[in-house]
Amino acid sequence: LERLTIEQKVLRKNDDYAAENRARFAARGLYVVNIWSAPGAGKTTLLEKTLGPLGERFRVGVIEGDIQTSIDADRIRRAGAPAFQINTNRCHLEAAMIQDALAEFPSDALDLLVIENIGNMVCPAGYDLGEDLRVMVFSVAEGAEKPKKYPKMFHRSDAVVLNKIDLAPYTDVSVEELERNVRDVSPHAAVFPVSCRSGAGLEAWVEWLAARIQSKGETHVSGDTR
Amino acid sequence: MHEAGIAQSILDIASDVARERGAHRIARVKVRVGDFSGVVPAALEFAFDALKAESLAAGAALEIERVPIAVKCPNCGSTDPPAADLALWCTQCTTPLEILAGQELDVQYIDVEEE
Repeated sequence: LERLTIEQKVLRKNDDYAAENRARFAARGLYVVNIWSAPGAGKTTLLEKTLGPLGERFRVGVIEGDIQTSIDADRIRRAGAPAFQINTNRCHLEAAMIQDALAEFPSDALDLLVIENIGNMVCPAGYDLGEDLRVMVFSVAEGAEKPKKYPKMFHRSDAVVLNKIDLAPYTDVSVEELERNVRDVSPHAAVFPVSCRSGAGLEAWVEWLAARIQSKGETHVSGDTR
Repeated sequence: MHEAGIAQSILDIASDVARERGAHRIARVKVRVGDFSGVVPAALEFAFDALKAESLAAGAALEIERVPIAVKCPNCGSTDPPAADLALWCTQCTTPLEILAGQELDVQYIDVEEE
């Protein structure tokens, strides 16, 4: 037997594609958000509520990932933004799928591209898509202990949106305990308790996101004129 | 089960290297899996065994080296392990901890039979 040393990251191929995506996004000054959650936490509803106010200031497009149907892309289009649906048997999106999608979905004129990942609490965390910002959506009724049970995606997120806080009084979930658990596994993440249904907390989230998009745009413009 | 995709990536990497080097059989694949990688070793072994049949690694053993989580406080330098329930704050000075190890997911080497 002969030993052949490899010493390679298992997901290096995806990392390479993601690096290509990131360079391409940077060259265009396009801000990219990868949004992930378990199925049913409210990713698409959060986008419907977010794209309206952001659409007044930025040119926004959405790539939707689902195993089946174009229900989500249709919802985004009805909310007024161009959308592209990826259907895949994978349990997460990969960087190469984003490259394929961008070949068909014009993103040159956009300021913000949101990629809605496939509903899943584990896998998307391992697959860099080339995004600037990772956002976890978590609905309070899923249980206060879940950030500890599924820490990786929370840990990798720059922002955690705790959705459906209007439902908390009808459950045994303590939002305070949930927030504490989120901060334990993801000390650097910004946390936004919201209700997409009532609108509570959404303004703080939208303004926070808008500031980040704005700041990348300004860096890009100053880079062009240098 | 996302370990299936991970196992397939491991088999692809191992098979590519074996083919490049003219090996006709892979006897062992050695990987490093961090305790904070999001990969469950037992599920990875199951997926590897289920997927290896059609590859050069059909008879290969998967050897998994687990890497425990190691942290460091960027403020006070403490390397005390995080609390058992994964609170990533320094127990000495309550600063967010840096993760030094435990996120690995690497193929280290393969043992092959030459042609």
